[in-house]
Amino acid sequence: MLEIKGLRASAGEKEILTGIDLTVKAGEVHAIMGPNGSGKSTLAQVLAGHPAYAVTAGTVTFQGQDLLDMEPEERAQAGVFLAFQYPVEIAGVTNAYFLRAAYNAIRKARGEEELDPIDFLDRLEEKLAVVEWGPEIMQRAVNGGFSGGEKKRNEILQMAVLEPALAILDETDSGLDIDALRIVAKGVNALRRPDRATILVTHYQRLLNYIVPDFVHVLSEGRIVRSGGKDLALELEARGYEWLTGQTEGAVA
Amino acid sequence: MTTLYAEAFERSTRNGGGKGPAALVARRRAAFDRFASAGFPTTRDEDWRFTPVAPITRVDWRLDAGRLDAGGLVSAAQLEPFRFGQPGWATLVFVNGRFSPELSHRPELPAGVSVEPFAEALARDPEFVERSFALVAEPDATAFSALNAALAHEGAVIRVAAGADLAEPIHVLHIATAEAAGAALQTRTILSVGQGARAQFVESFAALGDGASFTNAVTEVTVGEGAWVEHSRIQRESESAYHVGLTQVEQGRDSHYRSFTLAMGGAIARHDLRARLGAENVECLLYGLYLGRGDQLVDNHTVIRHEFPNCRSWEVYKGILDGRSHAVFNGKVFVTPEAQKTDAKQTNRNLLLSDTSRVDTKPQLEIFADDVKCTHGATVGRLDEIAFFYLQSRGIPRDEAKQILIYAFAAEVVTEVASVPVREALDRLVQERLGIRA
Repeated sequence: MLEIKGLRASAGEKEILTGIDLTVKAGEVHAIMGPNGSGKSTLAQVLAGHPAYAVTAGTVTFQGQDLLDMEPEERAQAGVFLAFQYPVEIAGVTNAYFLRAAYNAIRKARGEEELDPIDFLDRLEEKLAVVEWGPEIMQRAVNGGFSGGEKKRNEILQMAVLEPALAILDETDSGLDIDALRIVAKGVNALRRPDRATILVTHYQRLLNYIVPDFVHVLSEGRIVRSGGKDLALELEARGYEWLTGQTEGAVA
Repeated sequence: MTTLYAEAFERSTRNGGGKGPAALVARRRAAFDRFASAGFPTTRDEDWRFTPVAPITRVDWRLDAGRLDAGGLVSAAQLEPFRFGQPGWATLVFVNGRFSPELSHRPELPAGVSVEPFAEALARDPEFVERSFALVAEPDATAFSALNAALAHEGAVIRVAAGADLAEPIHVLHIATAEAAGAALQTRTILSVGQGARAQFVESFAALGDGASFTNAVTEVTVGEGAWVEHSRIQRESESAYHVGLTQVEQGRDSHYRSFTLAMGGAIARHDLRARLGAENVECLLYGLYLGRGDQLVDNHTVIRHEFPNCRSWEVYKGILDGRSHAVFNGKVFVTPEAQKTDAKQTNRNLLLSDTSRVDTKPQLEIFADDVKCTHGATVGRLDEIAFFYLQSRGIPRDEAKQILIYAFAAEVVTEVASVPVREALDRLVQERLGIRA
């Protein structure tokens, strides 16, 4: 589904990704871990097409297409979804309007019929249940005045509605209490299907108790320094990152 | 220049301007004298620093446009788009400054509520007109309002008696047609709301065709004790037209006044909104939206005077500027020494869509009381790239994302309109102007 080869990316003068190689197959869940500053969020954002980063080398192929050659909206239309670490507040646009605009933009791009507000609301109801929300949330401005946990839940709601082939969660677990974490995990697990894949970017092992990954990768200084199965996450939990990165957490934070 | 206006004033005095109570006639003359001695402002006047009115003041306007035959210039069908699909609203229509009985709609209203053109009100209750005209509006507020006091013989006089509760808005609709090109239209509207009453008003300034007319409008609003008033002012004149307006509000104890001002027409459009919180426990909410494009100049000046304790004012003005348009915002909040426990917040936000658009914004607080909570702030910025990316990352194309973000910026103030039909009408109007697909 996704094949990353020799990916390098910079923000301004600073090179952050220094050569990433990663293959994600349909049906798999990959966890990307690593200390602060290792480049894991950058990787997530580069895959979604964040304008702050320039790709300087390497290729990314998504379902046979050159992902790096696509605009952010084309990536979304092709089935890539990024759950933001810091979801953006958009005052003046209701959640209902935003979600329907996104859903219909993707359908339109795929040559499918757009849904009117009534039909869309029907569809939305089951998705709201996933994140344990009532319909009233839809009349609030997008992330407007939401708590940190609510913003993350809203990302999961968007993901549930848009049903991406590849979901990338950028530290969706950080700052969540145990209930919110459970809801996020439920949303991700509800989406799991043999034809879909998930990349979880996370700092902590905690989320992986709820979403069991097939692979765990450790990033340090912009490249993958260790890959393994789910046990690697437990080892990291016990030993920290220093034994892999040669640095202490404090030095890179 | 003054000769033109002096002749017009003498002519108007002979042709009916001399009618009405002696005090009213004298007040008109005093206003004219003030205008004649002060003259029009220039950019050397602090209040007009960024708004050169020379394009208005150097023209020899036709000042008898009120005598243009209003009948037949506009058909009911042409008026439809300006009625917001609300044929049931009590509506006074003025075509080129002149009252049109045929196009107006005057349904039966609750007892004590009257909606009349100026001349009718003057004939029926001259004493009321005398004590309402050009008194709420400080006669010398601006040279333009003084000129209006001298020359305006048309407009609406709306009275809502104590305790009345109006279910629907009352609409005062001014239409300028192509025939108004080169004409100066002076209108004066009086809105008087009695104790404990609830009322909604919409004032529209619209155009058919793109004539360069000059509207000089003054509206005086009195909000009685405990009354609730929503007042929406929609200025959608031709982009070749000139518009200068003053709205002056006087609020009684425990009253609530909320205004929404939309300015999107005019080559030069200036609106002054002045509210005096003249008693205790008053609430005053001022929302504004201005949209500039091409070479438009749109200027909003507001003054809120807190003169009594325990009052609250809340002001949010937002602007969206494209092309080479230029916006001016000046908001003053005065808090006198008596006005303890004042709660005042003023915000002005501007969105620039082009490199050649410009904003001069100046929020001002002048506070002479010590136990108050007052804040103000102004921003000028562009669309947020991160917000763009957020929308794009959800599959929304960049063009559509831009529309959504621009609309969102505007919608944040439009949603503050309390009246649902007025809010929906404004929402559609703003979307249409911004070219947003619903």
